[in-house]
Amino acid sequence: MTTSTTEGTETTQERSDGEIVGGAAGAAPVAARATIDGLAPVAPQLEDERLTLPADGPAKHAATSRAARPRSFELGDHPVPTSKIEEWRFTPLRRFTSLFQDDATEDGAVDHAVTVPEGAPEASTLAIGEAPRGTALVPEDLTAAIASARTEQALHLVAPRNAELAEPFRVEITGRGADRRANGHLVLETEESSTATFVLNHTGSAQYAQNVEMIVGDNSRMTVIALQDWDDDALHISTHHAKLGRDAKLKHIVVSLGGSAVRVNAIGEFSAPGAELENTGLYFADENQFLEHRLFVDHAAPNCTSDVAYKGALQGQKARSVWVGDVLIRKEAEGTSTYELNRNLVLTEGARADSVPNLEIETGEIEGAGHAAATGRFDDEQLFYLRARGIPEKEARRLVVRGFFAELIQKIDVPEIREHLFESIEAELTRSMN
Amino acid sequence: MSVLEITNLHATVDTPEGTKEILKGVDLTIRGGETHAIMGPNGSGKSTLAYALAGHPKYQITEGSVTLDGEDVLEMSVDERARAGVFLAMQYPVEVPGVTVSNFLRTAKTAVDGEAPSLRTWVKDVKGAMDDLRMDPVFAERNVNEGFSGGEKKRHEILQMQLLKPSIAILDETDSGLDVDALRIVSEGVNRAKENTEVGIMLITHYTRILNYVKPDFVHVFVNGRIAEQGGPELAERLENEGYDRFLAAAN
Repeated sequence: MTTSTTEGTETTQERSDGEIVGGAAGAAPVAARATIDGLAPVAPQLEDERLTLPADGPAKHAATSRAARPRSFELGDHPVPTSKIEEWRFTPLRRFTSLFQDDATEDGAVDHAVTVPEGAPEASTLAIGEAPRGTALVPEDLTAAIASARTEQALHLVAPRNAELAEPFRVEITGRGADRRANGHLVLETEESSTATFVLNHTGSAQYAQNVEMIVGDNSRMTVIALQDWDDDALHISTHHAKLGRDAKLKHIVVSLGGSAVRVNAIGEFSAPGAELENTGLYFADENQFLEHRLFVDHAAPNCTSDVAYKGALQGQKARSVWVGDVLIRKEAEGTSTYELNRNLVLTEGARADSVPNLEIETGEIEGAGHAAATGRFDDEQLFYLRARGIPEKEARRLVVRGFFAELIQKIDVPEIREHLFESIEAELTRSMN
Repeated sequence: MSVLEITNLHATVDTPEGTKEILKGVDLTIRGGETHAIMGPNGSGKSTLAYALAGHPKYQITEGSVTLDGEDVLEMSVDERARAGVFLAMQYPVEVPGVTVSNFLRTAKTAVDGEAPSLRTWVKDVKGAMDDLRMDPVFAERNVNEGFSGGEKKRHEILQMQLLKPSIAILDETDSGLDVDALRIVSEGVNRAKENTEVGIMLITHYTRILNYVKPDFVHVFVNGRIAEQGGPELAERLENEGYDRFLAAAN
């Protein structure tokens, strides 16, 4: 087998003494580009790769390939997470303990309030094993298996064939207490040639194990916006799994601002040619907050495009973020084009960001593949420039952070969410500066 | 009319080889309406003088004083100096991703004036100043200095000077790297600011070329961290013919 794996070397950025460590490096042919947007020139080593040809390498692949991860609905098939297991090694397992236990949902622990747009059928439910439930998402870890097994009736929202839904589906998911355990499974579906947006807004507090299954029909366009706007004490582990049909397009947006510890595992699977996946993410970790985002883009069909861009800011003691981006280009995925990017802005001392891009390539017949990861702190020269124009320091910092996120926020097509995000970021900054 | 008074200014910078003194007793007074050219060889400390006056944290002032209309400038933070009326046009303006020129200009103007400019006059002022500097209107929607050419960056600096109306403007090698057309446009911008306001200008340059477009009232030769000689415009002509060798020999 011809395989080329680039494990973008992990980046860890800790800011405890003002020193910078960081940057990512790849093991594959690298065309380095020394441009950096929004980051201190001294801080990051930006890496930007373009791989065009697979290398004949040892079959290390077999042991480590992201594709090798077992999928099963059986709880017993999934080990209890330990820090020795690759996909859990950054996660503070003790904090998440309750989400590894096979517990039923407590009555009323989490409310789901659903608004369905004009032109769509009423929300319905799907029992375990009732298609299309389970056609995209088959659990890859214990929490996902529990969330699936413990949700007897999954919420099912559908955009019918050829429907062009102007207004979004909205699901308000409200936790009713940090000590209360809940499970959830949602199935979002766009049938052939339809267009729809789904907003999942998480507020309040709970211990919540969740699956979000996305079935993106042929030639349809789905946008999903998942907002983790929890109170400070919420625990949340979520698996998002999308399956894209022929010529389908999914715009998947994750915004994590709240919660005590949040882990989102977003999987995108191309099952037919010509599809397009755009993964966008924003996160802002505060004191003692843990935010983890994992992505897996599975190029299992030819001529598909994926574009991943996640940006995060961190501030305060023990603010912690983890970003892991896995992209697999299978042998049959000729004509693939993929790019992934992660940037972190560490605003204060005592915060830490980890960033791990991984690219596995099994065919040389691709359009392009690359990734970049960089972590930096506030650029003192940017601040000096703004302040030398009379702009007070706080205001200057605000401008820089807003600017850092602006490019991603502009991608969100729902204006009130855009506004809300700018306001939330202002609020986060106000907290750190006072 | 404003007066910037620099007296016996000493400044150091930390380098891997230890602390190094760059400014070694600078004396200079600039009054509103005057244009002072500061000329000198590379490494003489001209740019350090500019950055030290603006308050860049890299430089420590070890001795001397700087006052603006009697107020102690060295006691002020970077942004306080700008609000007091000191403007530095930088040699290497910094990119600020995600912040548009128009947002940046309005934020700076609001900070310097202490109140938001009236919308209608502001839009007109910006458009007028951009026209004068032959800047395309789409420029306002680009991110600050991101992807700007060298000439665009310098025009953007002068645009800020025109709009913020400082009492003292320090132009740090604004002419370096510009072709003749761009130099003329930038110089016209400086001259307009001189005509319309009482700005006092410190024009730091390595080359005499810009002095054909912006006429100095005084010329100072800056060598080895201090002013070695001063005179009128005729001194620039002498430098044009003789170069800096005479001063370098004397300094060594």
